[in-house]
Amino acid sequence: MKITVDEDKCCGAGQCVLIAPEVFDQRDEDGIVVLLDASPGEEHHDAVRESAQVCPTAAITVDEDA
Amino acid sequence: MERDHEKVLDYPIPAPSALEPPQEWERLRSGCPVARVTLPSGDEAALVTRYEDVKRLLADPRFSRRLTGAGAARIAANESGGVFSSEMAASVPDGGEGHRRWRREVGTWFTAKRMTALRPGIRDMAEGLIDGMVEAGAPADLKAHLGFPLPVWVICDLLGVPESDRDRFSYWSDALLNLTRYTEEEVSAAQEEFFAYMSGHIERRRSDPGDDLLSALITGTTEDGAKLTDGELVGTGMGLLVAGHETTANMIGKMVAMLLSDRSRWERLVEDRSLVRTAVEEALRFDADSGIGLPRFVTEDTEVGGETVPAGTTVMCAMAAANRDTGEFADAGEMVLDRAPNRHIAFGAGAHSCLGQALARTELQVVLEVLLDRLPTLELAVPAGDLERVDGLAVGGLATVPVRW
Repeated sequence: MKITVDEDKCCGAGQCVLIAPEVFDQRDEDGIVVLLDASPGEEHHDAVRESAQVCPTAAITVDEDA
Repeated sequence: MERDHEKVLDYPIPAPSALEPPQEWERLRSGCPVARVTLPSGDEAALVTRYEDVKRLLADPRFSRRLTGAGAARIAANESGGVFSSEMAASVPDGGEGHRRWRREVGTWFTAKRMTALRPGIRDMAEGLIDGMVEAGAPADLKAHLGFPLPVWVICDLLGVPESDRDRFSYWSDALLNLTRYTEEEVSAAQEEFFAYMSGHIERRRSDPGDDLLSALITGTTEDGAKLTDGELVGTGMGLLVAGHETTANMIGKMVAMLLSDRSRWERLVEDRSLVRTAVEEALRFDADSGIGLPRFVTEDTEVGGETVPAGTTVMCAMAAANRDTGEFADAGEMVLDRAPNRHIAFGAGAHSCLGQALARTELQVVLEVLLDRLPTLELAVPAGDLERVDGLAVGGLATVPVRW
């Protein structure tokens, strides 16, 4: 799994951080998403998929095959 | 098939009971994706109810929530038009780079991490309020004892407003947002009082900054070195109050009522606290009375559900109807406590989706956890069918939430 985030799209809703805190964080200065781990272990995959699916601006892309 | 396009519905559409959706929604989603409606003001608007349509319109950067432009419909009959068209609403940038700057400046105060740090404080407030309710004895109105005070206390803390002024904030919030309960004079007076209070509060904070959001906004500068203007600061304070108070206050009452209306839901949560997060999301999705929805003023012809919506149309985006769309949600009419992913749009969608959603989620989760801990025997004190909706427009809610334990 390979994750990419689009900082320009991100609106700082924080859903990803609440669902997958080991993978996503938010910058202190503006609340924009920070990717902590672009290729997280399998135990995080469900949470990452959920984060991507519920992101209000579709700022998270998950490549399952990478 | 008759498409009923010429039939103009009165909006909002009545529902069979407080917790149930209007039967009309299903018909509109399946056969009339853009419906003509008459708003309480008498002005006409277009109602959009399908999940994909509502989501796309809300996220479309071309269209603004602002209803101050020529030709835009008024929501309510009073001259000021309430929260969506007030001058203060206009003081916060609603698009482009200005909005982006404002959003990031304020958004930094609503990150998931900061909200998690607020949890112990919110938990203490909830514990104290529940103590008061238990002391008063059953049956009690959970809305008056817990749902209504908690969010305004949290907002006042964020703005650095002292405890002694919480009641005034509560009143202003109600007057600015209710749209129907107060006279136009009362709404105007509340706006003026709030403006005067916030201007004074900003002055005091400027000379004596505290550890709160407003002080940080006053003293801080944005990434490009600019400061928020006084107008933006007052508008931000008002926005946080009206956006963060009644919405969450009513959602607490509706969430608890929905969970108790079929008590097996409550019992399942008492048994398994790991469901609290998804149960809160499902309550947000299942809420059939979230209010009138969000307006968008369409400034150029656009296609919605295969039809052209002409420039100059005021569209009402019905998120609650979209959240029941069977095209997006399996078992849309059921409350599924472990639903995941739950792509509900109770907080809107796109760049303007609710700034305070992490705060709302935190408050709802904490309130639910504390209630499950403290009052596992909680139940409704009246049949669910007897619950009544509050008389108001912008935000839906229950008039009272009678409970015993």
